[in-house]
Amino acid sequence: MATQSVLAFVGPSVNWWALLPQMILLGAALLIMLVSALAPKQTSTPFVTVTTMCAAITSYIVATGLWNDVQRDGPSSSIASAFGIDGFSIFFTMLILVALAATALLSHGYLDKEGIDAPEFHALLLCSAAGAIVMASANDLVVMFIGLEALSIGLYVMIAMHDRRQEARESAIKYFVLGAFSSAFLLYGIALTYGATGSTNLIHIRDYLGAVVFRDQHLLMAAMALLLVGLSFKVAAAPFHFWAPDVYQGAPSPVTGWMASVAKAAGFAALLRIFFAAFASHRIDWTPIVSVLAAVTLVVGAVMAILQNDVKRMLAFSSVSHAGYVLIAVQAATDQGTAAALFYLFTYTFMVLGTFAVVGAMGRDDDHPLANYAGLGRSRPVLAIGFTILLLAQAGIPTTSGFVAKFQVIAAAVNNKNYVLAGLAMITAVVGAFMYLRIVMAMYVDNEEQKSSVPSWHWSTKVVVIAMVGFTLLAGLVPQFLIEFAEDAVPILIRG
Amino acid sequence: MLLNQFLILGAVLFATGVYGVLARRNGVMVLMSIELMLNAVNINLVAFGMQHGVVSGQVFALFVIAVAAAEVGVGLAIVLLLYRNRTSIDVEDFDLMRG
Repeated sequence: MATQSVLAFVGPSVNWWALLPQMILLGAALLIMLVSALAPKQTSTPFVTVTTMCAAITSYIVATGLWNDVQRDGPSSSIASAFGIDGFSIFFTMLILVALAATALLSHGYLDKEGIDAPEFHALLLCSAAGAIVMASANDLVVMFIGLEALSIGLYVMIAMHDRRQEARESAIKYFVLGAFSSAFLLYGIALTYGATGSTNLIHIRDYLGAVVFRDQHLLMAAMALLLVGLSFKVAAAPFHFWAPDVYQGAPSPVTGWMASVAKAAGFAALLRIFFAAFASHRIDWTPIVSVLAAVTLVVGAVMAILQNDVKRMLAFSSVSHAGYVLIAVQAATDQGTAAALFYLFTYTFMVLGTFAVVGAMGRDDDHPLANYAGLGRSRPVLAIGFTILLLAQAGIPTTSGFVAKFQVIAAAVNNKNYVLAGLAMITAVVGAFMYLRIVMAMYVDNEEQKSSVPSWHWSTKVVVIAMVGFTLLAGLVPQFLIEFAEDAVPILIRG
Repeated sequence: MLLNQFLILGAVLFATGVYGVLARRNGVMVLMSIELMLNAVNINLVAFGMQHGVVSGQVFALFVIAVAAAEVGVGLAIVLLLYRNRTSIDVEDFDLMRG
């Protein structure tokens, strides 16, 4: 009798508790798909919206528990150090869940109005959210890539689902080609990083780069450049922003809000984890490149926004310029700068979701010329005030969260002695404010012959707008709680 | 083992893919160019895995192949949607939005 050789495979230990937020989302996605397949008649839009909201809320409660654990016991990582459980990952989990709840509510009115299948849309939305959370939590470049693709593939389909509008399909193919193109760049960067350091694990990469002095670091420099190009596409930083206006304009408005908030936040999460946390010892090599990117992005975003006549295109360029501000905070490469970037992303999520909630409700056949907004101040005074607050917050007017966010970013640049970039940020803030004020003027300056008939607003849109405006003012008036939250969320790479 | 040959092959394939995405007008050819870029990365990953003497490079390449298949499935579906609408898959025709 031959001796049986026992090949025991010992898998890495898994901290299931830490994976629960995204598992709840995936479970809800599967449930929605299952129920809609078994009982297609009974699967109404309210049912799927409630399921998605329940999943988002349960997941948020779990994330709060995890946050308390991390604050008490310190950060850790799971699954052979591939999945980080630190303040940073839970911060982004919470941000993504807030955006998920808001997008689910916004799509509630929108899907019925436009005749889009609700179950598929919500299942994709939940998968996309789970992907974004994985991307922000990944301590390993392979895991980060899988998360990125889960986020993006869901998003491609969500854009293309609007089957009566040609613009939506066109926007989907543009986003798909550019998304896959940038993924390939990112992947090439990951492959070269793997070649230069011998691992895809960010903890290993950080330790390796901190310990080894390269004879020549061409490979590593090429890797950094490719990673930066790939992620710049994802966060829509100039000169890799050219897809943004067309895609933002053509996509259904709730999806545009999702793209502008979550896809950007997850991209920055990956950028901070790779560059700030793992490439910390080589910051002299990458900070100048990020500074130049930030400067170009600020100027392009502010100047191009003025030249647009479609509100969604204006907001697309405004989102480009917001990416520029976050990049200023990233290039500081300090804890203060990273906390400023996190604060900015969190407040920006609320502002942009509220803004696109209003834009989505204002569109007729999802068309958004500036003339649509004429006389809104008279016909819908309360919502016009809400929209004005959100736009002024994006411009960075004091008493709103946008001011605190911009102030922190500029303070981080000044503390880093980067006065040129700080000055440029202030100048472009003024130039950018012109664009926001143009929309506000259109609402309040009455133009008799352009009396627009305002479409009726779904209650869910009103809830989202009120919640987002409320948070924007709260974080502007008493920002301390959010500043401390962001400071506790700076990424920490730690083994096991 | 000579690593450079594989890296150069990968770089040439990647550059060919980039050229294809930027210059090709046929939607399906653009998708194929993206596949070329992803496979160039796979060559790099496997070559580096051999150099380091570990299998993680090959494992990563398998992940990339799986994800690329999922991605191209969605991409082809979108191209098909556009074709039904316009009976054209020329990417230059997709110019409804200007500004």
